[in-house]
Amino acid sequence: MKALTSTIAAAILATLPLAAVAETPQRGGTLSWAIIAEPPTYDCHATGTFAVMQRVAPHYSTLMKFEPGNYPNIVGDLAASWDVSPDSLTYTFKLHPNVKFHDGTVLTSADLKATYDRIINPPDGIVSNRQASFTKVASVEAPDPLTVVFKMKEVDASMMTNFASPWNCVYSAARLKQDPNFPAKNIMGTGPFKFVEHVAGSHWTGERFADYFRKGRPYLDGFRSVTMTSAARVNALAGGQIDAEFRGFSPTERDRIVRALGKDANVLQESWLLHMIITFNTERKPFDDPRVRKALSLALDRWGGSTSLSKISLLGAPGGLVRPGSEWSASPKDMEKWPGYGRDMAANRAEAKRLLKEAGQENLTLTLMDRNIAPYVTAGIFAIDQWRQIGVKVEHKQVELASWYALQNSGDFEVFVDSFTQFSDDPSNVLYKYASHDRSPVAVHRAIDRELDQLFAEQARTADKAKRLELIRKFENRAMEQAYSVPLLWWQRIVVMNDRVKGWTMSPTHMIYQDLGDVWLAGSR
Amino acid sequence: MLRYIAKRIFLMVPTLLGVAVLTFFMLRVVPGDIVEIKLRGDGGTVTQEVIERERERLGLNKPVVVQFGDWMKGLVTLDFGTSMWTGRAVIDEIGVRIGLTLQVAVMAAVISVLIALPLGTISALFRDTWIDYGVRIVTIAGLAVPSFWLGMLMIMGLLTFFAWSPPVTYTPFTEDPIANMSQLIWPALAVGYRYSAVVARMVRSSIIEVMKEDYIRTARAKGVYERLVVGRHAMRNALLPAITVVGLEFAFLIGGLVVTEQVFNLNGIGRLFVEAVGRNDFIIVQTLVLLIAVMFTVVNLVIDLLYGVLDPRIRYA
Repeated sequence: MKALTSTIAAAILATLPLAAVAETPQRGGTLSWAIIAEPPTYDCHATGTFAVMQRVAPHYSTLMKFEPGNYPNIVGDLAASWDVSPDSLTYTFKLHPNVKFHDGTVLTSADLKATYDRIINPPDGIVSNRQASFTKVASVEAPDPLTVVFKMKEVDASMMTNFASPWNCVYSAARLKQDPNFPAKNIMGTGPFKFVEHVAGSHWTGERFADYFRKGRPYLDGFRSVTMTSAARVNALAGGQIDAEFRGFSPTERDRIVRALGKDANVLQESWLLHMIITFNTERKPFDDPRVRKALSLALDRWGGSTSLSKISLLGAPGGLVRPGSEWSASPKDMEKWPGYGRDMAANRAEAKRLLKEAGQENLTLTLMDRNIAPYVTAGIFAIDQWRQIGVKVEHKQVELASWYALQNSGDFEVFVDSFTQFSDDPSNVLYKYASHDRSPVAVHRAIDRELDQLFAEQARTADKAKRLELIRKFENRAMEQAYSVPLLWWQRIVVMNDRVKGWTMSPTHMIYQDLGDVWLAGSR
Repeated sequence: MLRYIAKRIFLMVPTLLGVAVLTFFMLRVVPGDIVEIKLRGDGGTVTQEVIERERERLGLNKPVVVQFGDWMKGLVTLDFGTSMWTGRAVIDEIGVRIGLTLQVAVMAAVISVLIALPLGTISALFRDTWIDYGVRIVTIAGLAVPSFWLGMLMIMGLLTFFAWSPPVTYTPFTEDPIANMSQLIWPALAVGYRYSAVVARMVRSSIIEVMKEDYIRTARAKGVYERLVVGRHAMRNALLPAITVVGLEFAFLIGGLVVTEQVFNLNGIGRLFVEAVGRNDFIIVQTLVLLIAVMFTVVNLVIDLLYGVLDPRIRYA
C-alpha cells in the first residue's frame, strides 16, 4: 500500500515539473483514448454531454477559449483580437484571416453570425442547449468578413465566459443555410482534426487537418476515441490498448492502473466542477419547514466525510455553491459559518436535534431518492449515516437514470441526491442550479425565493469583480440558510494517462481542453 | 415437410405478435423518458418547452395505441424505425453489432461442442470412476462460474502475466484474422466453457440413458465393436436432447452476453440492449426483444428439423 501511495505521488509530482520544463513536441502518432458513452447527436449546440463534447471538440473551433495551462483565463480561438466597449454593451471581435473549414472554404464573420444566430434563436426543430446564456444579446452583426459585433440589451458579466464556451462550435453558414440540422449528423468545422468515421458503439476517428490555421498544429497524425464500458477502460489503459481517458477515474481504479503501468502512469488530480447536492422537496411536509432542512444540513459532517470518502470514491472537498478553490469560492473560514460546515460536529448535531424538536420532527423518517451508481450511492449512504446520528430514520431508494430524471420533473420525492456540472466556474452558470424553481429548469427543490432571484440577476449584471463576489457571498449565505438544496461534497477529478501523452491540459472540468491541438506523443517516431 | 415448415413459420406470427405487444406496452409503463437524459444530462439547462418540443418530434406525446400502430406498420414494411438516442436507423444500429455477436456465439458454440461431446461421452462411458468424477467437477464448475467472472479472471491474468489486454475494437475476421481472434477468442472461451458444461452434462445423461436401451444390447449381442455401438447407435440418439440445448443456448447468446460484453468491451447486441434500456430508447429495446424472439423461434424450428434428420422415426408429414 505504501509503495502504491509513493508511486501515485511520484506519478502526480512527475507531471508538475513537466509543465514547467518545456519539452520539444514531436509530430506524428495516433492518440487512442477511451470514452464511456455514445453521443446522442453530433451537434454541440444541442447537447450538454461530454460524450459529444470530447469527440467533436477536435473538429471545431470556437470564438474564444480557455487558455491551455492557465484556466480560467480566456484567450482568442478564432478571434485574433477583441474589444469590449466601456459600457460593456458592445463586443467586437476581429477574426484570424485565412481560417479554413475542412471542406476548403474560408471562414468569415458570416459563419460566426450564422452560428450564434442558431444558438440564440434556433430555427424550428433545432435544439439550442445554450440559448439561456445569450438572452441578453440584442444582435449579432458581421460588418466585414473578419469582424463580428455582438450588441447587448443589458450588461452580462458572464459574456466572455459564454464566448469561451466549448459548446459554441462554429459551423459553416453555407451548410446551415442548406440544412439547419446539418451539424446533427455531419462534422465539418475548422478545428485541428478532420472527421474520418464514427462506428456506432465502437470508435470515432479523426485525422490531422493540414490547413489548420494554427501553423505547426496539431502534432498528432490523428486520434481514435474508443467507446468503452467503465470497467473495460481500466483494463485497456493498464494493458496499453489505449493511451488515456479524459473524464476521470475513481481512486480505486487509479490505483489499479498505476500498479499496472508503474512509472509509465501519469496521474493528474484536481477538484472537479461537479458536485453532489442534497435537495429537499419544499412542497412536501415537513421539508417546507426551513428548520427541518437546516437541521438535516447541519447534521452532515462534510469535513470528516471528505477525508474518508475521498480515499474510496470520486467525492472530494467540501464547498459552497461554487467550486472550492475557484476564484469565486468562499474561503474555508466563510464556509464554516454556514449550517453544516462548522467543524464542531457535536455542536452541529445538538443544534440539529434542537431544530427538529422545535419543528415537532424528533422522530423524523424520510425517503432518500438516489441514483443506483457510484458515487451517488456512496453519497446517499454517507448522508443516511449522518442523519442516523440525530435520530432520523431513512429509507434509501435507488433508481435508474431515466427514473431519476422523472422524479426531478414530477417532484415525486422527499429528499433527493442530486448533482450538477458546468463547463466553467462562472457564477451565473453554477448558481443557476440554486435559483427559484420557476426561473431555473434545473432547480428541482421546487421553492420560489425572489430574494435569491434578485441576487442572481444582480450578480449577473455586475461587471466589477469585487462587487460581484460580494453578491455571490450574499446569494450563498441566503441559499445555505434556507437550505432548499445544499451541497454535500464536490467531486475530485482524477485523470490517468500513459506518460507518453504530452501537451494535454488538466482542468476542473471534463468539457474543455479537448481539441487535442497541443497534444503529442513522446516517442511516436 | 415443406407444409410442416410453412405451418411452423405461420405459427411464429402470433408468438412474435404477443412478444411485440407485451414488450411495447411494458416499456411504456417505465417512468421517465429519453428526452430528459438527452437534453438535461451533464448540466444541460434547456427549458421545459424545449423538452416538450423534442418529445413531440420523437412522437412520445402521441397516444400509446397510435405509437404502437406506427411501430406495427413499420414492422410490416420492414422499417424498424430510428433510435431515439442517435437518430440512426435501428437496422444500422443492430447491423454494426450483429456480426460480432454472431461470431462470438458461433465460436462459443463450436468450443462448447468440441469440449462437451468428448467429455460427456467419456464421463458416461466411465460412469462412477475417477474419470467421471473429474469431468463432473469440471462441468459443475462450468455451471457455477459465471462467464463474466471467468472473463474478468482471464483479463486480469493476461494483464498480470503478460502486461497485455485484448484489443478493444472489433476487426472483422476477413480484414485481419489475427486481430479478430485476439479480441474474440477470450469471450468465446469464457462463454464456451459455461456452455460446454451445460451440453456435456446433457450428453452424459443422454448416453447413460441410451446405453440401457434394447437396441444397444442387441448390437452388443450381435458382436458389434464397442466403438461402433457408441459412435453409431448410442451417440446418434443421445445427441437429440444435446442439440436442443446447443440450439437454445446459441439463441440465448444473441442477446444474453450482456455482462460478458461489458467485461471484454465488445460492441455487441447485449451491450446495445443494456445501453438502450438505460436510456429508455424504446425503439431499440423493442426491436431487439423482437429480434431475440425471432432467433429463438427460428432456432427451435431448426432443432425440430434436425431431429427428423437424426432420427428417421420422426417425420413431419
